[in-house]
Amino acid sequence: MRLTCPLCGDRDRREFYYYGAEDYLHRPAEGAPLADLDNYLHLRDNPAGVTKDLWYHEAGCSQWLLVTRNTVTHEISGVELVAGRKA
Amino acid sequence: MRVDGKGLIDRTKPVRFRFDGKDYAGYKGDTLASALLANDVRLVGRSFKYHRPRGVLTAGSEEPNALVEVLGPSNQTPNVRATMQEVFEGLVAQSQNRLGSLRFDLLAVNDYVSPFLSAGFYYKTFMWPRAFWEGLYEPIIRRAAGLGSLSGKHDEGTYEKAFAFCDVLVIGSGPAGLMAALTAGRSGADVILAEESHVLGGRLLSDGGTVGGMAAGDWVAQVVAELLAMPNVRIMARTAVTGAYDHGTYGALERVGLHKPARPNLPRECFWRIVAKHAVLASGALERPVGFENNDRPGIMMASAVRTYLNRYGVSPGKRVTLFANTDQARGVARDLMAAGVSVAAIIDPRPDASAVEDCPVHVGAVVIGSRGRLGLSGIQVRKGSETIEIETDCLAMSGGWNPTIHLTCHMNGRPRWNEDLAAFVPMEGAVPGLVAVGAANGSMSTHGALVTGHAAALNAVEALGRKVSVPLPEAEDMPYRLKALWAVEGKGRAWLDFANDVTTKDVKLAAQEGFRSVEHMKRYTTQGMAPDQGKTSNVAALAVLADATGRGIAETGVTTFRPPYVPVSIAAMGAGGRGEGFAPQRFLTSDQASRDRGAPMIEAGLWYRPSYFPKPGETTWREACDREVNMVRQAVGVADVSTLGKIDIQGRDAGRFLDFVYTNTFSTLPVGRVRYGLMLREDGLVLDDGTSARLGENHYLMTTTTAAAGLVMRHMDFVHQAFCADWQVRFISVTESWAQFAVAGPKARALVNSFLEVPVELPFMGVAPVRIGGVDGRLFRISFSGEEGYELAVPTRYGEALFRDLVARAETMGGGPYGMEALNVLRIEKGFITHAEIHGRVTAHDIGLEKMVASRKDCIGKAAATRPGMWGPEREQLVGLRAAAPISAGAHLFVPGTEVHRETDQGYVTSVGWSPTLGAWLGLGFLKDGRARLGQKVRLVDHLRGLDVICEVCHPVFHDPEGEKLRA
Repeated sequence: MRLTCPLCGDRDRREFYYYGAEDYLHRPAEGAPLADLDNYLHLRDNPAGVTKDLWYHEAGCSQWLLVTRNTVTHEISGVELVAGRKA
Repeated sequence: MRVDGKGLIDRTKPVRFRFDGKDYAGYKGDTLASALLANDVRLVGRSFKYHRPRGVLTAGSEEPNALVEVLGPSNQTPNVRATMQEVFEGLVAQSQNRLGSLRFDLLAVNDYVSPFLSAGFYYKTFMWPRAFWEGLYEPIIRRAAGLGSLSGKHDEGTYEKAFAFCDVLVIGSGPAGLMAALTAGRSGADVILAEESHVLGGRLLSDGGTVGGMAAGDWVAQVVAELLAMPNVRIMARTAVTGAYDHGTYGALERVGLHKPARPNLPRECFWRIVAKHAVLASGALERPVGFENNDRPGIMMASAVRTYLNRYGVSPGKRVTLFANTDQARGVARDLMAAGVSVAAIIDPRPDASAVEDCPVHVGAVVIGSRGRLGLSGIQVRKGSETIEIETDCLAMSGGWNPTIHLTCHMNGRPRWNEDLAAFVPMEGAVPGLVAVGAANGSMSTHGALVTGHAAALNAVEALGRKVSVPLPEAEDMPYRLKALWAVEGKGRAWLDFANDVTTKDVKLAAQEGFRSVEHMKRYTTQGMAPDQGKTSNVAALAVLADATGRGIAETGVTTFRPPYVPVSIAAMGAGGRGEGFAPQRFLTSDQASRDRGAPMIEAGLWYRPSYFPKPGETTWREACDREVNMVRQAVGVADVSTLGKIDIQGRDAGRFLDFVYTNTFSTLPVGRVRYGLMLREDGLVLDDGTSARLGENHYLMTTTTAAAGLVMRHMDFVHQAFCADWQVRFISVTESWAQFAVAGPKARALVNSFLEVPVELPFMGVAPVRIGGVDGRLFRISFSGEEGYELAVPTRYGEALFRDLVARAETMGGGPYGMEALNVLRIEKGFITHAEIHGRVTAHDIGLEKMVASRKDCIGKAAATRPGMWGPEREQLVGLRAAAPISAGAHLFVPGTEVHRETDQGYVTSVGWSPTLGAWLGLGFLKDGRARLGQKVRLVDHLRGLDVICEVCHPVFHDPEGEKLRA
């Protein structure tokens, strides 16, 4: 498996650390309803198809990446910097 | 026997080798199989289950029979295919899976009881008594059924792994592969041509013919010479591409040194990961055997293999050969043999409309129905209509047609397509993105078809790369491939399908009869295709027999899944470099040599190596040294290297704000020049790490993490910053390796530190200041992990060793010295300081008594979850100290004295222990249900593993100097 880091280019997956679904980016504000916290911490989809998840270019530029990929075809359709995304 | 004037072997270079204790001669260029056949050795192994005599079946990596053990100086490699092992001077090999000699294998008795050993035999027979399985049945079955054995010694051979990148990867170097490589190469693209064999050319080397108006061999030589001259083309011979993976990644195994005598530093194998923008699969096809009674005798071979042995190795596997084949192409085998002066007894062609015109007897519309010869073929029976013909022959060349080698196209879930004309499966297009199958691998069976498709695939790849090239196509034969599928001849006896796992047509029919009708079930019930050869020669025939038995078509029956690797890959190659010290990187302190000079045994802490203790003359146990070092710190002064702690330099206008967010407590209010202890949570409310952070300037902090979590904390902070506050003015970087840092602790610590400083400083507890040491800028922290007055002195790494040696030397003049990890651990237990033994990922701030550190007036990572029910309160196990008069252990569990010891009554567990010379007792830290309310009570500590059962007193975790008077002195 290979990922194209927006800063470093096409790299082997061994350079990256896998974290989990993009849900980790949607941190509830302080005092948000408990359901939001539950969703943020515990509830995850397991799609057969397009999914977005978080990878860390640990052996590269230390950037967190938001990767759009297909769990069925393994196609990777997008890699963007977590820090650079539009909120 | 050797045939004069034939073959690509180098007859000027004889090679001596040994097989089963006997010396033989071959030539450079021979494989073990060809050299043995040249020496008229037909019996090379025993079959897996029935221990039937077996000979060489093929001339390639698909070989199911000729598996041998190759003996090296320090290794014994089992299941080596004799058809792939090149001979070299001094090669030693032996046959495997036999009891006694190869000719008189005592386990051959299995063959006589074979009616009882059909598919599913073990499942049905060894069901009771239950207890007999492990003690009796399994060891006997394992001894009888089996493959090669290992030496039991450590393999001293070297292996490598490597990465390669290219524009076009061409897999296979037959006509299709060579044409593809030539086309892509001439375009200037970066090309890798991988060939499993040691010579390039594929079937062109075996089948002869003409290409582009010249002999096929000459065309191969010319193309290879041109490719070798191209700087943009890499030729990887002896390299089998073993798997196709995501995004153009291919695994490949190169036999680097297996064809040479072993010598130091010559790798045996190299496992490659090749990343290619485009791949051309020119893996050819595998010829398939025909099932008939006793079709497994030594001397019965694939027709293409007979041709390969003749034309590539100058060997005829028999003196009087018979051909049994259902294609026109296979006739070439007989013609080549006759041209070389080898007698051909007959050609048997099951097709009634086949030509009968050859220079030898031809039986059309006939089939072979049986064979004889105990340790090697001596004759066959042929059925032609109602007539049975006996033919004397010592080699039967058989061919049931060809199966395209589609394995790689199936590695990413591709399901192959059944092609009725070819009576074979062909690849699903686009099953592996970027990979195109060409030539015989895609069902183009003629040389012309191979050249055309290889050329076209390369042109497409070249065009996609933005290059242009024009390469003329050479002329070649374009004989139509016309066969009548013949999987197995009707008959009563045992007809082998899977030679490697001893699976016959009867077994497959039995499986169908007993309800294992799915191809996947049949495979597992009969073990067809589950041997080291993975059924390369038998898969399609087995499912054809299954289709017939279940009354379905082959396309409907389907095929089992091909998975990587295509050929066996040694674990040693995949794990190359990861053995012994190569298992993990090693990190050494600047004081490493100085510690070793003092005889300190080193202990692993993550990737770091740290001194365990510093033995003195007369000390016989580590405990003596540890106790002395603890007393030394408590009474004088000790020096310890603490550089392994993670250090993160944080700068920017929002640095304080950022720390407030990642720590539970507040750092933005920390005055410059002061240090504060901080607690970090994970988002789920559990403790992530702890440590101190110092404010070095208005917008400048230095964080320390624990040794164990340094990488974890860095990754966490990067995430928090980039995900939640990327626009804040804060940047940070790990400086762990930039600073050497030494703890100086004890009543005389201040005096020792001051002896180094150009200008002595008066630091308050938890203060930090820049200092000058011998002309070097350093930092002095007043922090303590021992409970004594403590300092940490930091200098740039390159001065670390000098400072450590000097610190220790001066400490010794004051009655002090160095202390190691053991003493450091006892000191911190006495003081109740926690490490990752305590913050092990399941504890909350409340559990460790630090809930007040979760600031109420600000948000921080983990705060919301930390305040949820269940994350705090008396039902949780809370940090306590334990004191005992007898030895106790970490990992022990705690119970109420007088209650039974089992899971339901478990009250908690112990995380750290040590003998405290300061308090004269065994001390421990652990977690106890509602522990804080139970101070002063007794608990029963039980460790079944170490046989401990001790009554302990529950204490406050801070045993030593609870008021902290020494710290602040």
